[in-house]
Amino acid sequence: MNWINTLALLLLAFLAVFLECHVRFLRNLLGVQIDLLPALIAYAALTMSLLPLVLVAALGGLWFDSLSSNPPGLSVLPLLVTGVLIHSYRSLILREEFYPRFLLGLAASAAVPVMTLLLLLATGAEPRVGRWSIWQWLVMALGGAVFTPLCFQLFDWFNRVFNYRPESESSFRPDREIDRGRDPHVDH
Amino acid sequence: MSKRPYYVTCGAVLLIVLILFQLPERQGHGVKLVLGGLFLPLFGLAGSAEATAGRATEKLVSRGSLLQRVAQLQQENQQLRFQLAQLQEAWRENTRLKQALSWQPIMPWQLKPGRVIGQDPANWWRMIHIDLGSRDGVRPNQPVLTPEGLVGKVAEVGHARSQVVLAGDPACRFSAQVQETRDKGIVAPDESSFNPLLVNFTFVPTTAALKPGQLIVTSGDGGVFPKGIPVGQIVDVQTNLSGPYLEARVRLLANLNRLEEVWVMLP
Repeated sequence: MNWINTLALLLLAFLAVFLECHVRFLRNLLGVQIDLLPALIAYAALTMSLLPLVLVAALGGLWFDSLSSNPPGLSVLPLLVTGVLIHSYRSLILREEFYPRFLLGLAASAAVPVMTLLLLLATGAEPRVGRWSIWQWLVMALGGAVFTPLCFQLFDWFNRVFNYRPESESSFRPDREIDRGRDPHVDH
Repeated sequence: MSKRPYYVTCGAVLLIVLILFQLPERQGHGVKLVLGGLFLPLFGLAGSAEATAGRATEKLVSRGSLLQRVAQLQQENQQLRFQLAQLQEAWRENTRLKQALSWQPIMPWQLKPGRVIGQDPANWWRMIHIDLGSRDGVRPNQPVLTPEGLVGKVAEVGHARSQVVLAGDPACRFSAQVQETRDKGIVAPDESSFNPLLVNFTFVPTTAALKPGQLIVTSGDGGVFPKGIPVGQIVDVQTNLSGPYLEARVRLLANLNRLEEVWVMLP
């Protein structure tokens, strides 16, 4: 496990939850706050092992719920289910391409709020839901979709800056060595 | 690849989530307050940065406009002092009469200003965070308002911050009345509107004469909000088809989308 990457991802999840709570620009403009955690989960599921994925889902969900009126732990399950689903099929996904990243972000950001709302309703809570929730859902899904490829780019840059670069292969091949000494088989 | 680690990990997290769900409400709030406390340095940092930016902007304002503003405020201050003198006399008279009739006197409001530091990140709740907590004397269910009108009530209280449920959230229904006619009803969320400033004034008797433009104030019933806090103005009225009562859409006076400072009403 690359622990620097895991730490960076956890830090980004923490900052994302803080910004979702503190920054009201998008909420005032569109009436919706975009959730960045599903995009981070999609990134973790595609590039990391299971443990970092679980850590991001569990801690990210708990942090989110601590600043929300959600019951504690409610957001963990939808994030985890989405992450594990993507993780289990990641060998079939072209994760180096922009388009699959965008689509995965879209799917994750669309699935997580729906699952969270269903869980909330199952616990007997009364969330504020109406016809306008479809608009909120669409904006959240699109926002998450746009953020997912950005997240990949951010971590690509992060890896370039903080991780050791792989040693470039030498062009030297022993079988192509030119021996400039005297040939012992030639009689002088 | 073996699926066992998936099952074990998911089972462990499921177990933790189930334990959290089963926690009593008070302990659940405790867990949330502890976890939310991790964000306090960031909230403090953001507040300081905003204050610095605000001070920098103030320095850019010209002296002429500042002097104009001071003159305007002095004039407004004089008018308010006249009004205050009149009201104080009326208040004293009112208190004397109440004492003569052995009525319970109305206590003057004690207000504590607080800064809004965040909003619920989930779109389905209407809740804000303020920088006042138990150290400032804030307790659950205390009313929160702005000079324009009612904002909501305190829900959860930490040491240095609190959560305030806004009017229009399902957890903040309260009794209110029309200021002119004294017709009573319940202020509840308006589930048909995207506008967060609109709430429903419902369960009003069909005999009531509701009209657009009428002011709605808290009725004092229920024990959370004292009587007479302005809530909003009626936008339109409709007869509820599913029950024998009237419903009106009310536009809240306090702009809940642009809250920066609020006042908590202390006992």
